[in-house]
Amino acid sequence: MTTLDSSKEIQKNNSEVNETHEDFRMFGLITFLIADGMTFAGFFAAYLTYKAVNPLPDGAIYELELPIPTLNTILLLVSSATFHKAGKALLKDKNTDSQKWLFFTAFLGIIFLICQLFEYFHLPFGLTDNLFASTFYALTGFHGLHVTLGTLMILIIAWQSRINGGRLTSQNMFPLEAVELYWHFVDGIWVILFIILYLL
Amino acid sequence: MTISIDPQKTNDESLQPKGWLRYFSFSLDHKVIGIQYLVCGFLFYLIGGTLASAIRIELASPMSDFMPRDVYNQVLTLHGTIMIFLWIVPVVNGAFGNYLIPFYVGARDMAFPRLNAVAFWLIPPSGLMLVASYFVEGAAQAGWTAYPPLSITTPQSGQIIWILSVLLLGGSSIFGGINFIATIIKLRRPGLKLMQLPMYCWAMLGTSLLVVLSTPVLAGTLILLSFDIVANTGFFNPVLGGNVVVYQHLFWFYSHPAVYIMVLPAFGLVSEILPVHARKPLFGYTTMVFSIMGIVVLGLVVWAHHMFTSGTPPWMRLFFTIATAFIAVPTGIKFFNWVATLWGGKISINSAMLFSCGFIINFVFGGITGVALAQVPFDIHVHDTYFVVAHFHYIVYGGTVFIIFSSIYHWFPKVTGKMLNEKLGILHFIITFIGFNLCFAPQHWLGLNGMPRRVAEYDPQFQFVNQISSLGALLMAISTIPFLINVFLSVRNGKDAGDNPWNALTPEWLTSSPPPVENWEGEAPLVEEPYGYGKEISEQK
Amino acid sequence: MLNKNIYLILIISLVFVISFWIGFNVNLLPAEASINAPIYDELFKILFIIGLIIFIGMTIAVVYSLFKFRKRDNQIGDGIALEGNLSLEIVWTIIPSIIVLLIGLYSYNIYDRMGGMKELNHNHEMMSSNTEKIWAGISQTSDNKMPKNNLSIEVSAMQFAFLFNYPKGNFISGELHVPVDQKVSMKMESKDVIHAFWVPEFRIKQDIIPGQPTILNFTPTKVGKYQIICAELCGPYHGGMRASIIVEEESDYNEWFNKNKKPEVNL
Ligand code: HEM
Ligand SMILES: [Cu+2]
Ligand SMILES: [Cu+2]
Repeated sequence: MTTLDSSKEIQKNNSEVNETHEDFRMFGLITFLIADGMTFAGFFAAYLTYKAVNPLPDGAIYELELPIPTLNTILLLVSSATFHKAGKALLKDKNTDSQKWLFFTAFLGIIFLICQLFEYFHLPFGLTDNLFASTFYALTGFHGLHVTLGTLMILIIAWQSRINGGRLTSQNMFPLEAVELYWHFVDGIWVILFIILYLL
Repeated sequence: MTISIDPQKTNDESLQPKGWLRYFSFSLDHKVIGIQYLVCGFLFYLIGGTLASAIRIELASPMSDFMPRDVYNQVLTLHGTIMIFLWIVPVVNGAFGNYLIPFYVGARDMAFPRLNAVAFWLIPPSGLMLVASYFVEGAAQAGWTAYPPLSITTPQSGQIIWILSVLLLGGSSIFGGINFIATIIKLRRPGLKLMQLPMYCWAMLGTSLLVVLSTPVLAGTLILLSFDIVANTGFFNPVLGGNVVVYQHLFWFYSHPAVYIMVLPAFGLVSEILPVHARKPLFGYTTMVFSIMGIVVLGLVVWAHHMFTSGTPPWMRLFFTIATAFIAVPTGIKFFNWVATLWGGKISINSAMLFSCGFIINFVFGGITGVALAQVPFDIHVHDTYFVVAHFHYIVYGGTVFIIFSSIYHWFPKVTGKMLNEKLGILHFIITFIGFNLCFAPQHWLGLNGMPRRVAEYDPQFQFVNQISSLGALLMAISTIPFLINVFLSVRNGKDAGDNPWNALTPEWLTSSPPPVENWEGEAPLVEEPYGYGKEISEQK
Repeated sequence: MLNKNIYLILIISLVFVISFWIGFNVNLLPAEASINAPIYDELFKILFIIGLIIFIGMTIAVVYSLFKFRKRDNQIGDGIALEGNLSLEIVWTIIPSIIVLLIGLYSYNIYDRMGGMKELNHNHEMMSSNTEKIWAGISQTSDNKMPKNNLSIEVSAMQFAFLFNYPKGNFISGELHVPVDQKVSMKMESKDVIHAFWVPEFRIKQDIIPGQPTILNFTPTKVGKYQIICAELCGPYHGGMRASIIVEEESDYNEWFNKNKKPEVNL
């Protein structure tokens, strides 16, 4: 059984672990995003059910203005593209470019959040006004939380992609790829949310 | 001819883990985490059991005389929540999953050891928080289902702490699920195919899928509920235009799969235990795998069978009847396969085997009442009565808890290198089996004849049967004594087990007992036939 | 071999006989006091017998294996290396599927006979308008048999009592009086948390939900006094939340009704 030199073997095992490491962290992240997506799915299901079966009180306002959310949709879609650019730049070892794109993406995220807050302050209804209002704030708020978190993470990896001393390099792409996937996910959720909440 | 594979001896003493303090540390070792889960779960089981005894004492007389009524409701809520979220789920998933899965896939640890430790360490604080809520302003008192509007109108602090702790426990469960999926899919030893994995891996894969898909919905729902409680929103508050039935849908979308989260791992464990002690291969491996996946898929679309008398329209009642009844098919297949595994074996009658057989008998009974409950016209009479209480205790206690004990008897030698005492084990089984059936079988009759569940007082005509049930509960409480004595005695002076006392073929037995820190001193063995009993040695690599 | 099969057939027939005997002779249910009850009991009997056959059969199989195939002291080695048997596995996939399907169809039939599949909004007298949404409930069977009398009652539940409003008599009662053999149609709504209306002798139950009216129709068939039990956890006094339903002859009922009746107030 043990003809192999055991120290060699442990080395081999370690290198094996390193080879597959990258791979299953991404896998874990995807599983997590599926779980996270189910939370949204639950909220959407609740919202749609309410809409179908629970009539709102007379005089409730449930029409939403479209300009801000449309702008927000565009912002997020563009930010997805800029994030992608950042990844490509890093892959080519152009750290400065990458960092620029990342900051720009974070900037778009912040603008999104500001727009969202602006919308909140100008809406004709408050959190507890009626069922529609509550669900609206719950859904957009929960999504906004995701955007906030994403923006913070982008800022962190942007900091890490600085040229000297940064941990993010073309050899260590995982943090960037992970945040990118997360960001696309948050984007996708927004698109669904936009369609269900604002357009339907 | 018995095959025996010599376990890899751990020659290097320095590889043997040392020091009991590691069980109190933020250890990343999957075996340490597994034991942490088990012991922590067992402590909560003792708390939950004490609460259950309090319930049965109250119900020994028809009047509400043992404790105040609102305390009774708190006790009942804590009992349900603790048993489900702090005992069954962490133990069948966390404890055995963490201990066994890395061995089964031939890995040295789980895919994400740090996440694993975090998942465990979320449990003790949230459990303690839950228990402590009793001493603040009283614990939650709306039942483990926390139906609004009751949960909105009862004292807030208890309910909010309940929500918080269930959220943390749900998070722990999700982290665990992600880890199991990644470990089973991605961390398999090269050369090990999916269809060669021991059945517990498949069970855990299915369970983890359910965890990942359904637990987040519960989390979202509880967040909405907490808004209703503290922020005065009206999602589930009819006074503010909300809809209480939506909560039930969302809640059961998690909590029906949750019952499979509690029982699928037990299905996996029993599939490991029976072949070893019956000295026969697991019967029908492939159908077992497919039935697990069938249960996972069907399990996601049957939730409204808990709401047959709620506000559900007729078509919905019908759909969920059919879907639910069909779950019995894959479940039934598994039971026929287990009996076929026993058939023609050379069965050692020991504690592990007895508890497993007790599981089969009890679960079949609970499954039959389950299929009956799935029929709307049947359920309309017995919903929310003691019949339902009896049904799910047959499943959860008679099924899962029996398997937890069976597994402890089976894997104790692995973990400690010592055997448990068989005589005490069999005594434990007999008292548990009798006590359990005495406690819960009469409850079917109670439900059919008019005793609703979650009551502190009842019609005096039910007194006698309730006292029988309480007597059974007393036996169940007593049954833990020989078990605890057994464990404490055996850990210190048990008979030496050797590395592979059962001559088992699954990979965890192919290393020394207790196993070294990284599971194998050398390379992990490739076990292509974990159930190759009765085959010639030459066939086994 | 032949011998073995004979034993098998003998045991299986014995299991069937015992199950049928128990099914027909052991009564686990309370008295039957509505036209739903005998229908329910028919379903119960069938499910009970099928369940018994499966349970006794499985228990015998397990206990027999434990006994017959136990390892004797002098034995070493393993059992037979049997890993499966496709045709057997197909058999025990298909047979249970068929049983389950038949049970499902049969219980659909039962449910239909109980009136569960009927239109929910049908002619309740107090339906303020046809637009009021009824969320769930059970309508009634055999409408055509008793079309004329259709006693309508409004039930409201609160912590921890039921109130029964008789709109025709313009009074509210804490006790539910109904004439025997007449269809009763109830519209129920809760004032606070969820409750449930359950009369075990009638085999019916329906949640009473705040904000979502439900209906429940039934026809009592036996004079007597029964308990209405709340079956949904509704607070500390949930266990004590009961009311009485008194099923009486029509004349007695009328007497009670006229005694309580209040004159219509015309505004
Ligand atoms: C053979 C498959 C099963 C079927 C057809 C089935 C069916 C049902 C039905 C219809 C109910 C609702 C009864 C009611 O509230 O009126 C129910 C309740 C319940 N079942 Fe099962 N069941 C099965 C297996 C299981 C399993 C495997 C578990 C858990 C491990 C389980 C645990 C429960 C629990 C905990 C409840 C009650 C929940 C509550 O109201 O608090 N059941 N079952
Ligand atoms: Cu269920
Ligand atoms: Cu109640």
